[in-house]
Amino acid sequence: MSSEIKQILTTDGIPLEVSLKKAEKKNKIKAFLLVAPLLLFLIITYVFPIGEMFSRSIDDKMITNMLPKTFKEMENWDGKELPSEEVFTAFYYDFKVLVEKQEHGKLGQRLNKEKNGFNSITKKLFRQVKRKKIDESISIKEQVMKVHKRWRNVEYWQAIKRTAPPYTLAKYLKGMDMYYGADGSITQVDEDRRIHRILWLRTLEIAFFVTLFCFLMGYPIAHLLATLPMKYSNLLMICVLLPFWTSLLVRTASWMILLQQQGVVNDFFVMIGLVSDDNRPEMMYNKVGTYVAMTQILLPFMVLPLYSVMKTISPSLMRAGKSLGGTPFVAFWKVYFPLTIPGIGAGCLLVFILAIGYYITPALVGGASGTLISNQIAFHMKQTLDWSFASAMGLMLLTGVLVIYWIYNKLVGVDNIKLG
Amino acid sequence: MGKNPEFVKFDKVDKSYDGKVLVVKDLQLDIAEGEFITMLGPSGSGKTTCLMMLAGFETPTNGEILLDGNIISNIPPHKRGIGMVFQNYALFPHMTVYENLAFPLRVRKVEKEEIDKKVDKALSMVSLNGFETRMPAQLSGGQQQRVAVARALVFDPAVVLMDEPLGALDKNLRESMQYEIKHIHESIGVTVVYVTHDQSEALTMSNRIAVFNDGKVQQLSNPAELYEKPVNSFVAEFIGENNTFNGEVIDIAKDKCKVKLSNSEILANPISVKSKGEKTTVSLRPERALINPTDKMDNMFTGKIEEVIYHGDHTRVRLNLLGSSEFILKVPNSTSNLELKVNEDIKIGWNSTDARALDPK
Repeated sequence: MSSEIKQILTTDGIPLEVSLKKAEKKNKIKAFLLVAPLLLFLIITYVFPIGEMFSRSIDDKMITNMLPKTFKEMENWDGKELPSEEVFTAFYYDFKVLVEKQEHGKLGQRLNKEKNGFNSITKKLFRQVKRKKIDESISIKEQVMKVHKRWRNVEYWQAIKRTAPPYTLAKYLKGMDMYYGADGSITQVDEDRRIHRILWLRTLEIAFFVTLFCFLMGYPIAHLLATLPMKYSNLLMICVLLPFWTSLLVRTASWMILLQQQGVVNDFFVMIGLVSDDNRPEMMYNKVGTYVAMTQILLPFMVLPLYSVMKTISPSLMRAGKSLGGTPFVAFWKVYFPLTIPGIGAGCLLVFILAIGYYITPALVGGASGTLISNQIAFHMKQTLDWSFASAMGLMLLTGVLVIYWIYNKLVGVDNIKLG
Repeated sequence: MGKNPEFVKFDKVDKSYDGKVLVVKDLQLDIAEGEFITMLGPSGSGKTTCLMMLAGFETPTNGEILLDGNIISNIPPHKRGIGMVFQNYALFPHMTVYENLAFPLRVRKVEKEEIDKKVDKALSMVSLNGFETRMPAQLSGGQQQRVAVARALVFDPAVVLMDEPLGALDKNLRESMQYEIKHIHESIGVTVVYVTHDQSEALTMSNRIAVFNDGKVQQLSNPAELYEKPVNSFVAEFIGENNTFNGEVIDIAKDKCKVKLSNSEILANPISVKSKGEKTTVSLRPERALINPTDKMDNMFTGKIEEVIYHGDHTRVRLNLLGSSEFILKVPNSTSNLELKVNEDIKIGWNSTDARALDPK
């Protein structure tokens, strides 16, 4: 009853809500058509590749498809003692199919990753199968066990069983320097081989400090930009943006020229007597180089959001602060600074997220101690061709960024970010 | 109360921004304690610059500014103890009304209870009690304005400066705020220096008005005198409406002169003309010219009505008189209203004392 009373009708007797929807439908379609190309572009170039990356990072279907009968029989195996005749038979028939398709090599490689020594024993088995040395009328288990003593070792059969699930998180564990142990539990790799954790921490550290340096340098510049008279601020703005118009590679290369041991900066230090000629400090191929080059390259991303926020702060606010009795510092700290927080938030988030995934600069000037996780991802993409591991690490990076964004949102509030 | 007639003193103050043009020229201005003085002038006349120099945001290029006998040119703004209301209020957008008002007290290290008391008092002065926790953006323009006034007064400054504080308000609100500020001034007796380009605002609120033009004070006097007895044609033109005749003095006595216009002669009150042959602009307020005057007036002419505009409380009549078609008359709306028709001839008269012969335009 009450809803009937509330419902407002137009003069034609159609409910107002229906009429409104009808009237706005055209606009909605128009708006959707306008964003449709971008939406499509995003789906094709962003959502789809990320989905693909995710499935690749956990995909372990290859071996599942290679040994279908084996895994079916293994379901009844307790995994403690050597498997039964049926499992051996199933494995033999699976293997025979692979030999016909000439895919046994792939199986050996994949199993070898799970447990060392598989490569040679699959090759041995392959020769036996090829020469049709295995008599299918008597116990296949006995004959397979005779091929190599490792086929008699239960650990190798356990390794095969571990590869049964079509999906695995092993790549993610590897990214955190962990792996599935023989009994299926998560184990840490030896301390001297934990390289990924160092890289993650270093990436965070460098991103943090680059953000800090950018903030410390960008804040005064942005303030100057926002307060100088137009003709000077335009010039300064060009100076800030000039690096933007230069190729990233050129900029990084010029830093290499500046920072190398026989470079311009070192020459200058020697000239003014700051360092001796035979003791030139190394400023490249280490963290220093990465810090310097990345800070310079990412500085505009800090300056621009800060500038756009500072531009909106009326100069009369600072004057009001001073006329009310605040010293210039108090007026700055209590009035000006809090109003720039949205810009600081936007700038820091932008720089941090860009820095955490930075690739080309650390690759060129970073050396061994200045490379980041992105360089490791690239290494696996190009050198080891372990794409699923690269995908896993890429997704871990993406998750990390999202987590940071979430924390940031809790602390500062995304509504307080102002990009322009 | 022994009020200091030279509480604020501008002593031969010059100001130039670029070393070529003087924005303020040889300013000599005394402001008495407790006075409400308005600096009135068109934009670019130097009035805001004067205010900024007094507040300490600009330094005089030459000359001194004295506050209560002390030279303040070298004192930074935050130590001058001068309250200021800015053009766009300049309320701190990230602070509540309470925090805005408490700011000048907190930086002075006033104790918490004292702050509460003073903020409360200041808010009740502008009748905004209960708004303490609001943010400035949640207030209407008029409320923000009142908060700004309260904030400028809350720390009991000796002088309060107001830089076109009502410029952003609509007409009705502006008028009511004018009275409100005037009443606050009357009740607490603080010295107010007010800057505006709105002449009616200046006339309503001030004890004295300094009319600025071209970096100089053209006239400094109380509102009535300013309106009735402008000393030069700029002031006459700037304050209120004004009919002008340009001509040449052909005869001059002690309190009367004869001015020759293009095709007739009128009698006027010689203010800034001294001798025969001088060029002059004669200024006459529209309400001082009467239609069909019953008294004997020494200027009587006939003009043709060109336009009649109804304004509610009065009717404006534009006449073609003495060769100029820009002569304006204001006829008050009364029951004995005349029938005014376009293209009719009417008789106009005014006294020569009201027609002030000033410097030529």
